[in-house]
Amino acid sequence: MSHAPIAPAPTGFVEEVELQGHIIDSLLLPKVLDEILTRGGSYVLKDIRIGQRQQDPSYARIQVQAASERALAEILNVIHDHGATPVATHDCRVVEADMDGAFPEGFYSTTNYRTQVRLNGEWIDVEDQEMDCGILVDPEARTARCVPMAEVRQGDRIVVGRQGLRVFPAESAHRQNLFEFMASPVSSEKPKGVTVREIAAAMRRCRAAGDKILAVLGPAVVHTGAVEHVCRLIRGGFLDVLFAGNALASHDIEQALYGTSLGVCLDRGLPAEEGHEHHLRAINTIRRLGSIRAAVERGLLRSGIMYECIRRGIPFVLAGSIRDDGPLPDVITDILEAQRAMRRHVRGVGFALMVATMLHSIATGNLLPAWVRVACVDINPATVTKLVDRGSIQTVGIVTDAEPFLRVLVAELGLSS
Amino acid sequence: MRQPRILMCPPNYYGIEYEINPWMSRSRGSVASEARQQWQALHDILVSLGVTVELLPPQPGLPDLVFTANAGLVFRQRFFSSRFRHDVRARESPHFEAWFAAHGFTVEHLPEGVYFEGAGDALFCGPTLFAGYRIRSDVRGHQHIAQAIGKQVLPVELVNPRFYHLDTCFCPLAPGEAIWFPEAFDAYGRKVLQAHIPRLLTVSEAEAHRFGCNAVVVGRTVIHNTGCERMAEELQRWGYRSIATPLDEFLKAGGSAKCLTLRLDGEEAAVWD
Repeated sequence: MSHAPIAPAPTGFVEEVELQGHIIDSLLLPKVLDEILTRGGSYVLKDIRIGQRQQDPSYARIQVQAASERALAEILNVIHDHGATPVATHDCRVVEADMDGAFPEGFYSTTNYRTQVRLNGEWIDVEDQEMDCGILVDPEARTARCVPMAEVRQGDRIVVGRQGLRVFPAESAHRQNLFEFMASPVSSEKPKGVTVREIAAAMRRCRAAGDKILAVLGPAVVHTGAVEHVCRLIRGGFLDVLFAGNALASHDIEQALYGTSLGVCLDRGLPAEEGHEHHLRAINTIRRLGSIRAAVERGLLRSGIMYECIRRGIPFVLAGSIRDDGPLPDVITDILEAQRAMRRHVRGVGFALMVATMLHSIATGNLLPAWVRVACVDINPATVTKLVDRGSIQTVGIVTDAEPFLRVLVAELGLSS
Repeated sequence: MRQPRILMCPPNYYGIEYEINPWMSRSRGSVASEARQQWQALHDILVSLGVTVELLPPQPGLPDLVFTANAGLVFRQRFFSSRFRHDVRARESPHFEAWFAAHGFTVEHLPEGVYFEGAGDALFCGPTLFAGYRIRSDVRGHQHIAQAIGKQVLPVELVNPRFYHLDTCFCPLAPGEAIWFPEAFDAYGRKVLQAHIPRLLTVSEAEAHRFGCNAVVVGRTVIHNTGCERMAEELQRWGYRSIATPLDEFLKAGGSAKCLTLRLDGEEAAVWD
């Protein structure tokens, strides 16, 4: 798969088989399970129904896993003789899109879980896993990937129905130790120190694995005075991609140019005279120069999150919204275009840190496969709840203000001054 | 007491014409006159025991039609026709099916793609059908039978090619009693048989190779090949009468007494109610 950083189980090669008959008394079930194990495979009993009377047959559905395709084939071959037959015996059904921008009727709607389609008898991983998409198949290249509705082109081969498809929900995944202990994903009643430590550990692991760390930030990061913490994350190599909106960048630049955020002096906490105009003037300055990069290159913008991003070559996507002032010239105002840019950058992301933005957090959560861990920090518990309710169940939430969280995180990562 | 009824097929065209098990060798053909004599002797013993012997007309080109045990599985008035693994034997099926249809049985077929070799691989002991698999029949065939008859069917794996059918290494005598040759089964199969059949008479390797297990049971009488003296003594101790009759001409094809017969009214050990 192109981006499976903290790839979930089932690891390796998988096939689901079923076994029926008097499989308990005949010892066929234990025999099949023994065969799987002695040949180096492993199994998950997905379903078992035991006959109630002696003459009633029993049924077992077994997920067989092996380290290589060859090992799996060998196991399947052996257990087939004992009556274990593959559950899926059909390829996925594919229909050509009859128009641009819409799926054929009956299209398969994706989840954010690892998904495979069966092509010519072989299971192929679906790439770019994302919820609420369709699956585009290239039978010649033997590839499949998620494709959003708007990106469909006439003639694209789209999976319809559920035949020849399998999804690996998180329950069956060998979970990482991270976040295991978090029974409920969000609460203001939890000890934050432990959670922040876990998040820091996850970020370190992600970096060590060579995966990218994504930050999704709202303007409260600036308002609460956390710009320097984020800059330390960037300088420390703990931030590889930034998603935000016009506001985060505008107020970050406002602070760099005027020392205020929404007109409030960040060092004194008091409104500056004519301060309410500062962010507009900051936006106007950047617009006159043509881009944030130009402002950095001219030496006008010399600090802040956006400055650090430009200087370190950290890619950012600023997605626009209807209430934006300006906006900054770097803001992508076409939302489909913004989604495309975000999709390009979520590839290879292994960890996402979302702080103080509901809109961008949910938008990003929609794009991430379920195995990418997400930490969502917001003063409003509803933000985290919403993220989880919309399917990003891999999210761990902390209800707190942005600055205290980031301060502790930076300290946990050893980046404090 | 029920009237035992057995289907046999005279060995007019019997011979070793192909090799589909380790016993068969075309270089070691059978002697037709001796085969005829041995078959007739078995037939006469059965008749003398009060068995009604039905005769299937022999067919040229089908040398193994004599082994009626492999025709299919009889369950009450239902006949589940075999799906032979080897094409040379699959040609026997139309003749068996015609006979059963003509004699008041409902002829049933297993789905395509499964192998099932009838009473050769499926024997009742009590209410449970024990079913050999891997070498000739496959597990799926037995599972289909289980569904169709609503009885417990316990497949046991056969691991020795010389004992390619269940009836070459296992012979139910009565509910809870059977003759067996344990080495023909894998460890799971041995456990299954031991767990479900309280009394198992173990035959020696030498007598197993004489096809002692391939015996016909009529009441308390067991008819089997010669050269199984120890088994015969043991059977007598268990309260059975043993009759040895030479069947070496058929052993050349990997068959013996049981293979040459198909019980039509349910084996002695079967409990169908």
